[in-house]
Amino acid sequence: MIDTCADCLRRTELIAWLAGRIEHEWRLRCGRPQLLALPDTELLRWAKDPDAERRYSAFAAGFAIDRLVATGLGAVCRCSPAYPAGLRELCDPPAVIHIAGDPALLAADGVALVGARNPTPYGLEIARALGRALGAAGVTVVSGMAMGVDSAAHAGALEAGRTVAVLATGADRPYPARARTLHRRIAETGCVVSELPPGFAPRRWAFPARNRLIAALSAGTVVVEGGERSGSLITADFAAELGRFVGAVPGPVTSRMSAGPHALLKAGAEVIRSAEDTLDLLHGAGAAGGLGVADPVVVGKGPRALAPRPEPAPPPPDLPPGLRRLLDEVERGRGSLAELVSDPERGFAVSRDLGELELRGLIRRVSGGRYIRSADAA
Amino acid sequence: MLSQVTSFAIDGVETRRVTVEADIRLGLPAFNVVGLADKSVREARERVRAAITNSGFEFPQKRITVNLAPAYLRKEGPHFDLTLAIAVLAASGQIESDRLRDCAVAGELALDGTLRAIRGALALAEGARHHGLGRLLLPSARAREAALVPDLEVLGVTTLQHAVEVLRGSAPTPELPDAPLGAAGDRDDFDLADVRGHNGLVAQIEVAVAGGHHLFLQGPPGTGKTMIARRLPTLLPPLSESEAVEVTKIHSIVGLHQGDGLVGERPFRSPHHLISPSGLVGGGATPRPGEITLAHRGVLFLDELSEFNRAALEALRQPLEDGRVVVVRAQRVLTFPTGCMLVAASNPCPCGDGGDRCRCSAPELARHQRRLSGPLLDRIDISVTVPRPTAAKLRDERAPTSAEVRARVAAARARQVLRLRGTPATCNAHMTAAMLRELAQITPSARRRLFELHDSEGLSARGHHRVLRVARTIADLQESREVGPEHVQAALILRTDAAPAALAA
Repeated sequence: MIDTCADCLRRTELIAWLAGRIEHEWRLRCGRPQLLALPDTELLRWAKDPDAERRYSAFAAGFAIDRLVATGLGAVCRCSPAYPAGLRELCDPPAVIHIAGDPALLAADGVALVGARNPTPYGLEIARALGRALGAAGVTVVSGMAMGVDSAAHAGALEAGRTVAVLATGADRPYPARARTLHRRIAETGCVVSELPPGFAPRRWAFPARNRLIAALSAGTVVVEGGERSGSLITADFAAELGRFVGAVPGPVTSRMSAGPHALLKAGAEVIRSAEDTLDLLHGAGAAGGLGVADPVVVGKGPRALAPRPEPAPPPPDLPPGLRRLLDEVERGRGSLAELVSDPERGFAVSRDLGELELRGLIRRVSGGRYIRSADAA
Repeated sequence: MLSQVTSFAIDGVETRRVTVEADIRLGLPAFNVVGLADKSVREARERVRAAITNSGFEFPQKRITVNLAPAYLRKEGPHFDLTLAIAVLAASGQIESDRLRDCAVAGELALDGTLRAIRGALALAEGARHHGLGRLLLPSARAREAALVPDLEVLGVTTLQHAVEVLRGSAPTPELPDAPLGAAGDRDDFDLADVRGHNGLVAQIEVAVAGGHHLFLQGPPGTGKTMIARRLPTLLPPLSESEAVEVTKIHSIVGLHQGDGLVGERPFRSPHHLISPSGLVGGGATPRPGEITLAHRGVLFLDELSEFNRAALEALRQPLEDGRVVVVRAQRVLTFPTGCMLVAASNPCPCGDGGDRCRCSAPELARHQRRLSGPLLDRIDISVTVPRPTAAKLRDERAPTSAEVRARVAAARARQVLRLRGTPATCNAHMTAAMLRELAQITPSARRRLFELHDSEGLSARGHHRVLRVARTIADLQESREVGPEHVQAALILRTDAAPAALAA
């Protein structure tokens, strides 16, 4: 569906032409350029770019529309009634939003799950589990398709439900390049959007700008992990500015990767311990119980899609005492054989039991050969 | 007059017979060496001339031509000095030619006629016996080593004069110098008991050593990865006599072996990560065994695996699988044995801290992961995490001694040898998929266990076989005839597969 007016298309192209100029400005000021809020005439006056001026006055909407058709993207401009309502609340709403996938997911009733690009195994595990549980509960998961937490949240949501990726490049261009498969899968079952024209290459200023769209396209933002200066905090700021809820997943106070969420919590963000906490924020406390048991037909993923539970799941009652003790140890972070065993004679028994717990889905192996408690045990 | 003396050229780790012919005729005095001799052999002329004169013999003032046959084979090394000298003396009638008929000669000469030790004495002796020669004349410093070859009379001599007397029969056949055969060697330097705070790892390491599985150690710097790796050779059963001969031969050729007898300890080689592909697997203009061959029957340790040149690691794959490496050069094809246990170590990430304290950027981490997850890691059955030990563990935990572990390993190895009789494999790590199916005695319930994991998380077919091989070794260590579900479970924790790529991305 292409529903755009010539003015909005021209505005989008103008920003693409001035991308290099904006990048320069961004590096000097090192903040989000307020430039995106300026009207076209002032942007042109600021840029003093004769080439852009010439192209601006010679702009023909036909070419831009032909290109959209060629890439197969949908597009909606802010003059159209189909424009996502959540974006209108921004002070600088994008002129055109480019869409690959189902535009119905842009109703801003989902949850943004964002975080570090280099998370710890714990952060990855939480992001994936939250994504999956929210997806299973029928909540759209919004994120930025970056490496780390974002990708894990998308991947988790894809297992059980639907997800929206907001890109800082053209919506037809997977970034980072290794997210190609993820990009395709999201576009097939969910939705990939961007305010930038097709084929737009990555620019540094585009990422914080993209974060405002993530915040605006969701009912609230949850930060899973991130450093003190993480881009996820920018998303959280936007969400707070827009009056949406902000949640943060706590972690060890010694972990650099949890410094960001902890700063948010200090500033008054909600504690997110589970998908249930998120659903409480979304629908009001207690509503999650009813909503969590989503109709399996709607969610379409069988019994696993039932209830998002508090994490970690309580061990099943039939666990023998030895295994339960071992599970307790792993929960306390002693996740490698070297930490669990002090008598070499017990090495075999403990590794056998770890294997048993893994087969039961209670623990999960992460990179580095360690085990952690899995957050979404069946 | 004409004379012929036999010697051997070392070609890789094999020997080729070389006939040294000397011809003396009237003409302007000259001394020429022909027959594809390299620089060190042509320089021998000066040493031979000086040594003959200084030993009280006469150096003929005539036209001397020495030919090294076969002419297509490149000859190098100073051990042709003595051969040339004896050939010249025989051609000038100072030694009777028939005394040289069944005798091979090798040795490096000093200008005063004394003999210096040479490399590769064991290989030369094997060559001599292989070609049906009854006697080998060489410097006495290496006589003991050469005498390891049975059915060969080794004549260890100290000077050129001594050599001539022995050949003439005017001096008695020299006694072999008394030197203890370095059988079991002293293993006191390194013992597993030195390792503190890692008792949880002992079982895992024991499995790797018992099954001959290649091992990957991952952990922050300074936690003891190198210390553990250095002690692995002491956990392997002692070298058998034939293994010791193989190792001694290789080490003697490259000059690593300085003692007199057999190499007693299993080799441990830890090349630096800047090593070239040919340094690792063997090669060069005149092919020389690489580190993997020097580690034959022992342990090859690659510290900081992710820092190694990718080409070098790629080159390791095929030798690790085949147990030998074939080096092809324009003139020849050489085969080196490469039957070693590979132990690789790496930090969890480039900054080394890993986990919460990691300071690496995402691309750095991705690059590190990519380097580690290469095809080489596909050949490694067992992955072990070496965490930073706590103070309490450092204080209280002391690993069992190497001898204790060695005994259990030897018992497990004996079971494997028995089971794998009649196959090319000698330990579980070398079992193919077919052998696993037919010989490993895996119970149906154990197989079911493994398939449960297949469903829950994509274990590759190769990963599947790796787990089964390791489970077989664990069962051997537990003295169990069959592989049960508990063995498969215990093997899971050792598997190499990293976290699913989609999430690590």
